[in-house]
Order: sequence, then structure tokens, then C-alpha cells
Amino acid sequence: MRTFLSVNEVTKKYANHLAINNLSLQVPENSIYGLLGPNGAGKTSLIRIINQITAPDKGSILLNGEVLSPEHISRIGYLPEERGLYKKMKVGEQALYLARLKGMPKNIARQKLLYWFEKFEIENWWNRKVEELSKGMQQKIQFIVTILHQPELLIFDEPFSGFDPINVNLLKEEILKLREQGATIIFSTHNMASVEELCDHIALINNGNKILEGTVNEIREAHRTHTFECEIKQPVDSIKQDLEQLSVTLNKFVRKADNSVRITITSDAESSGNQLIKKLLPLGELSDFKELLPSMNDIFIAQVSATNIKTDSHE
Amino acid sequence: MAALMIVPIILASLDNVGKKNIAVIDETNWFLGRFENADNMQFHYVFESVDSVKSQVLNGKYDLLLYVPQPTLNVPVNAEIYSNRQIPMTTASYISNTMSKEVETKKLLASGIDPNIIKSAKTAINLVTFRLDEDGASKKSFTAVNVALGLVSSILIYFFIFIFGSQVMRGVIEEKTSRIVEVIVSSVRPFELMLGKITGIALVGLTQFLLWVILTAGIYGLFTLFYNPAQIPEAQMNAGAMMQQTNPVMDGMNQEAVLKVFEVVEAINFKVIILSFLFYFIGGYLLYAALFAAIGSAVDSEADTQQFMLPVSLPLILGLVISNFIVNNPDGALAFWLSIIPFTSPVVMMVRIPFGVPYDELILSMSLLIVGFLFTTWFAGKIYRTGILMYGKKVTYRELWKWMKY
Repeated sequence: MRTFLSVNEVTKKYANHLAINNLSLQVPENSIYGLLGPNGAGKTSLIRIINQITAPDKGSILLNGEVLSPEHISRIGYLPEERGLYKKMKVGEQALYLARLKGMPKNIARQKLLYWFEKFEIENWWNRKVEELSKGMQQKIQFIVTILHQPELLIFDEPFSGFDPINVNLLKEEILKLREQGATIIFSTHNMASVEELCDHIALINNGNKILEGTVNEIREAHRTHTFECEIKQPVDSIKQDLEQLSVTLNKFVRKADNSVRITITSDAESSGNQLIKKLLPLGELSDFKELLPSMNDIFIAQVSATNIKTDSHE
Repeated sequence: MAALMIVPIILASLDNVGKKNIAVIDETNWFLGRFENADNMQFHYVFESVDSVKSQVLNGKYDLLLYVPQPTLNVPVNAEIYSNRQIPMTTASYISNTMSKEVETKKLLASGIDPNIIKSAKTAINLVTFRLDEDGASKKSFTAVNVALGLVSSILIYFFIFIFGSQVMRGVIEEKTSRIVEVIVSSVRPFELMLGKITGIALVGLTQFLLWVILTAGIYGLFTLFYNPAQIPEAQMNAGAMMQQTNPVMDGMNQEAVLKVFEVVEAINFKVIILSFLFYFIGGYLLYAALFAAIGSAVDSEADTQQFMLPVSLPLILGLVISNFIVNNPDGALAFWLSIIPFTSPVVMMVRIPFGVPYDELILSMSLLIVGFLFTTWFAGKIYRTGILMYGKKVTYRELWKWMKY
């Protein structure tokens, strides 16, 4: 997996606050890379450094092997979390202006804008002032302007905030399409559900430090809690006894209509899924069995709390 | 601007309909026939009782009653005017002038002096001022005109700097509050954004100013072509009365007025004045616009700008206020220093220029102004760069100093 963007030992300090502490990341080419972390973790600081809005105190960033320089600006698209538009300006005119700031020639920008406006069904708004638009429409325009110049690297900071479910869906489809067309996408969010849906890789940052990095599956498996869910045709009470003997913890059970019970169990670390099935088979008819991998949400909470406890105990 | 000049004249002329009928009860008999009728005044000498004439004023037969009572001493110095409406200043001053002339004449006669001798003795002295050049050549200069030019141009510069500087500040705040700044700053450097804004508004300002000058001159020119101000005695009298109060020099010039005007115009060094005006306008604007941009970037809303506006605008205000003293002493030490220091020079130097400023001082002042705006632009750039992405913090001077060092 080729690395498209590499962040190498970047440090950034603001007055008394260490925003980024010796952080290194590798964003693989053509992936959707989730940048996760609580508020104040340093995500936005890092994103600003990648966009060359601020410069790191130490460390470097390489884009496709080249040191980050002003000519890369036209190859990056950025949708910030706090986003806005000039209220009194006309929509079409403003979209053109922002596209040209990224280096697109005027007529090409205009053509492409018209295409996207029609696609998002906002072509009627070309000559209206931005303040006449609803928030959702403004955000559509911001999204269009971000991707218009077909950048190789796209950075979305909380792209879904403020969108209704239909538009969230629209956006998700577009992001997946962009990946198909070859873009590399960095995606910073708190919306863990979208992380699981969209991201291949993630990195978790807290207090300026990297806590986790890897593919979503790797991380989920690395944090497995050996929790399984299955359905067995047996009365609950006898199940309870049997499970105790097998040194399997019963977390939850739900009685089902046909005398079977749906149980959530945690086994010891040594038993693999297959081994557990073998242990359970004698207990009764097994009609469903799956491992419950922790959700990104759970991992996030667990990891962030753990690191916060560590730093608290240091102080 | 043209409207400012034209509308009062039109209004004054409209008001001119209607002659005022003035009843005169003169118990002294000194002023019979002395008041001259004019387009707007008609004097009627009546011999009825004061009360009956007063009621005639009330019922509209007369507009005014001038009552000169029998004096307690020999000479009438008191008179009373009764009217049911406000008496125009020009009418009142005409009456008192006429009366005082009459009393003076009679006093002179009583002392055995022929008033005509006094009249022919009155001479208007023609005082022409020349300014000596370093080469020994001399050029005519007119103090009053120079004062006017100097003050007017410095006031103009003061207002322009504020108006356009504020526009820069407001633009910066708008970009900050609408949050578009982060998108823009991912494509251009903050310094470029700030410069672009300052330059753009400068061009808008220049265009507006040129249009303003051209239109005002054009409209006023057309107006005087079609609408002869000489038909409006009231307006002229107003103008004349005002001029008499402020400018005794003009008194003796009425006859040779046209020739004089040409002389005056020729004595003004238009080239220097206009070029300097443009230079100080642009230079002063650039210096202050950068500071205004910095202020805008440091705050979150227009309300918070107050605490920074005062120190920044203080030199300008000071310069304007002191200008009034500098017109009396354009070559003094105070004038020199204030016209050199870049923060006050745009306003103060313009006051000095119509009086003529030695070229080396002018060049010094201009170079310092250039250095000044380069410095404030650099300084503002540092603050702008950090401020535009900083929200919510209550900014103090200490905070700004920190930003300088980032």
C-alpha cells in the first residue's frame, strides 16, 4: 500500500499549549482515512498544517514523496469544519471565485460548476445571493467547490454536520465515488457510524498524541473483547449452569418464543470462535453464532478514557 | 456634494416669494425716507398709535412694525421690531445698519464735520502678499485662500482615511464571522489576502473620489449656466452678510472681483497641491488601513473594535485639531514635526502645502510616510495572520504582542 501523505514527527506548540506532539501518520494512497479524536485533540491543527495555513515547529509532511510546498495547494481540496460563504455575493459568482483561487481557469470552472449544480439540483440558485439559501444548500455549494478542481487529496472536517439524512447519504455516495476515481481522502469526524461505513484506515489522536493507527478491521480485532452472540435451543437455567462450567461469562439473555434463548457471552482470550462453537454444541441446537467486534464508538471511548487517566495520573 | 451646494440656493430663492411690508413709526423723525425699498422690503411710514399698528401686523396688513421711540437722551439708539413671525437676519441687519449710519451722519454734522469728507477718506488698502523663493523669485500668495485650501484638504484626507479604513476593517470582520476565511486561507496566504483587501478598497476609494470631483464640478457648472444666481438677492445677501463677517479682505474687492479671482487661481500651485493630496491620501490610507485590518482580525464583532480604535485614530484626530493652529504658523516647529511624523503627516502636511513647503522637507515627509506604511503593513500582517483564525478569546494588548512573536 503506497503512502500518499506522510506526516513525520510533527510538533506544534501554541503559546503554552502543545497541540501536536511528535505525531507521525501514513495515509495510504486511494484510501479513505479517518482522523478521529476528541475535541481539542489536535486534529484541526494537523489539518491546518497539511493545508499550509500554519507551519509545524518540528517535523515535515510529504505529499506523494515531495515536501509540502505552495504548488501543492491546487492538488488539495479542503472542507473546513467551520465553514461559511460571503453572504452578499451571488452563488455562481462566488463558486467561480473560490474555484479560481485553487488555480482553475475560469471557463473550465464554469462548465464544471454547472454540471455539479445540476447534479445536486441547485442550478436555479446560480444568480441568487448566498444569504437567501438554506444552510443545507450552502453546504452543498461548499462541498462542490471543495471537489471541483479534482484534487488528489481531499480533506473533510466534519462534513456531515448540518446535513439532513438525505444529504448525508448524497455526500457519502459522492465520497465513495471520489475514492473510485483515485482520490485519497482524509476524513475527520465524531460520527463513528460513518467511520465504520466509509473508512478503510483510521488514526485516533488525543492530546496531540497518536493512540491508534491501522485499518478498521485490524483495530477492531485488536480490541476484541471475545464477546459472542448466539442462539441455542435450551432453557435458560440449564444454559446458565453449563456456561459456568465452561468458564464462559453470560452477559445477557433474551428468551425467544420457541424455547430457545439468545445469549451474549464473553469467553476467555484463549478460545477462538471455532473452539467456542465446539464447546457450545453439546449444549443444544445452535441456530446463530457471531462475534461481536467492538464498535468504533466503544473503542474511541475506551481508548480516550484510558489515555486521559494516564495523563491525569502523571500530573 | 453638488446637491449640498445647489439645494440651499434653490431653497433660498423659493423662499423669496413675498415682499415684506414694514410699518415704521418714527417718533424721532430722524429716519423718515431713509429706508430704501427693495425687492423684498417695502417701507411704509405711518403715524398711528403703536397698538393699532401692532394689531394691523397681527391681521396681516403689515409683516413688521419698526418702532423708534423718543429717546431718553439726545440720540436715538434704541428701536423695537414687532412681528408675528421670525424676522429674517438680513432685514434686521439692514435696518440697524441704515439707522446707525443715519445717526452717525447726524452726530458728525452736529460736531461740524461734513460726512462726505469721511466717506472720501475711507480707503480700501490692497494688501498683496509675496512669498520669497530660495532663488530670490517672488510669487503672489493669498493667505485666506491658502488657509481654506489647507484646512479643506486636510479634513478631506481625515474623512477618507476613516471611511475607507473602516471599510477594510468591516470586510475583515465579515470574513471572520462568516467563517469563509478558513477556506480562502487554504488557497492564499493571509498576508496576500490582507494586501488584496487593502488595495481593492483603495481603488474603490480613488474611483469614488474621482467620480465625486468630476460630478460635482460638472453639475455645479451646468447649474450656474442655467440658473443665474444674480436673480436671487436674498441668497446673495446671505452670502454677502456671511462673507462680511468672516472675511474683511473681500470687502474692498467687489469691483475688481473678476480679475482678482483669476489672480488668486493663478497664485495657487495646483500641481503641487493635487499631487500632494493624492500622495498623502493614498499613503495615509495605506498606513491606517493596515492598522484597521489588524484590529478587525483581532476581534469577533464590530462592537469589540472600540478599545483599539481610540489609540489608532488618536494621531489623526490630534493632527486635525492642531491644524487649526498650524494655519497661523505653518513654518513653526510644531508644524514641522507633525508634518514629518508619518502618523500625523497626511493631515498636517496638507495644511502646510498651500503655503509652500521646502522640497527637502516634503521629500523627507513623503519618504517617512512610505516607511510608515511599510512598517504598519508588516506589523498588521503578523497580527492578521493569527487573528483571523482565533475566535472567542478576549484580546488584550499582551495577547497581540504574543501574536507578533509567532
